[in-house]
Amino acid sequence: MNPKEIIARRAAQELNYGDVVNLGIGLPTMISDYITDDLEVTLQSENGILGMGGAAPKGRKDKDVINAGGQNVSVKSGASFFDSSTSFGIIRGGHVDITILGALQVDKEGTLASHIVPGKMVSGMGGAMDLVVGAKKVIIAMTHTAKGTPKLLDKVTLPPTAVKKVRRIITELAVIDVEEDGFKLVEISPETTIEEVKKLTGAYLKIDSHLKIMKVL
Amino acid sequence: MKKRITADKAMEFIHDGSVLMIGGFLSNGTPERLMDAIVKKGYKNLTVISNDSGLNEKTGIGKLISAGLVKKIITSHIGTNPETGRQMSEGTLEVTLVPQGTLAERIRAGGSGLGGVLTPTGVGTEVAEGKETVNIHGEEYLLELPLKADVALIRGSVVDEDGNIYYDGTTKNFNPLMAQAAEVVIAGAEKIVSAGEINPNHVMTPKILVDYIVQEPQKCGGVE
Repeated sequence: MNPKEIIARRAAQELNYGDVVNLGIGLPTMISDYITDDLEVTLQSENGILGMGGAAPKGRKDKDVINAGGQNVSVKSGASFFDSSTSFGIIRGGHVDITILGALQVDKEGTLASHIVPGKMVSGMGGAMDLVVGAKKVIIAMTHTAKGTPKLLDKVTLPPTAVKKVRRIITELAVIDVEEDGFKLVEISPETTIEEVKKLTGAYLKIDSHLKIMKVL
Repeated sequence: MKKRITADKAMEFIHDGSVLMIGGFLSNGTPERLMDAIVKKGYKNLTVISNDSGLNEKTGIGKLISAGLVKKIITSHIGTNPETGRQMSEGTLEVTLVPQGTLAERIRAGGSGLGGVLTPTGVGTEVAEGKETVNIHGEEYLLELPLKADVALIRGSVVDEDGNIYYDGTTKNFNPLMAQAAEVVIAGAEKIVSAGEINPNHVMTPKILVDYIVQEPQKCGGVE
């Protein structure tokens, strides 16, 4: 299993029955492949959908229905479409239970950076700044490092996308919670060790007294 | 008044330096025939207000960027069109990034007679730089000012001859908001029907907001 699949499968376990969920573009979008039907979650897409389904089947694409990444998608029974003001009213207004997003860096206070690398990559924040401010719970799903360089830090070095909003971080190696006094390792992959996770984390890592093995279903 | 005009005629309302609002989300819901007409005219120094700069450099607003017509873009995301980033790095295109929800509300404010909106989005980030903050019930909010344009270019799925608009699927996005926020509103229409043919319950943009209608190709702006 590649790291992204591990992250997506573990992140899918964060969703609860009946949740309204917004998944970010990229890795988080993969999570929808691992959501079981009995959970009955409602996917929100910031371009104006509640009740988004999976990729549109070949030959049955509706050119007028896309997700926030520009792919043609289907919608589920009972879905609705709306304009961008309503969509972000839903997001900012606290009607989204959980958002799972990617990030470039997260720090021990729960501040994340995801929209710009000055002088290199400028994509823009899109809907991310509103999502992290408005969703009831913010989870980051990302690889533990950028080719060996830690992404979990004492303080983000890139421009912040939102301040003190992240509650949990899921990587291919671990599940880490953001608490008042910093990062806490709550689950660890059977493929690694506490020492290795500490080495690849750029901030002090408290170990949960009930540390669990990360299960990837 | 007859609102239906050609794309070429619609160009009489746009000039060098015009401020344009352009509807659509990654080109879904963007009036492509109007984009082509703008490229054909080759305007200079346009300012564009839009969600993004097109799905890529060849669709929607991407056509205007590639043709070098845009001096400034106020938008939430440019990541799907590398040409926008290239022109920005070269210094030929000014990019102002606005969080998507804030962009929607600034346009709504511009079209609804509001002096601005207060939002928690962007507090503690570069978005807050130079902006007034207001404390309400112990929470900090940014004062975001309204946006308006000279011309809004929007797209409807079904438009009646009076200008009432119905939008299909996710093509609504910024279109109904922009229809309220510009001096002149030109609606590209995939399908034009007789006045009154759209059930009033299904009208999403009322006719008084729409000045002109241009027939779009039946299959435009979609992502195949």
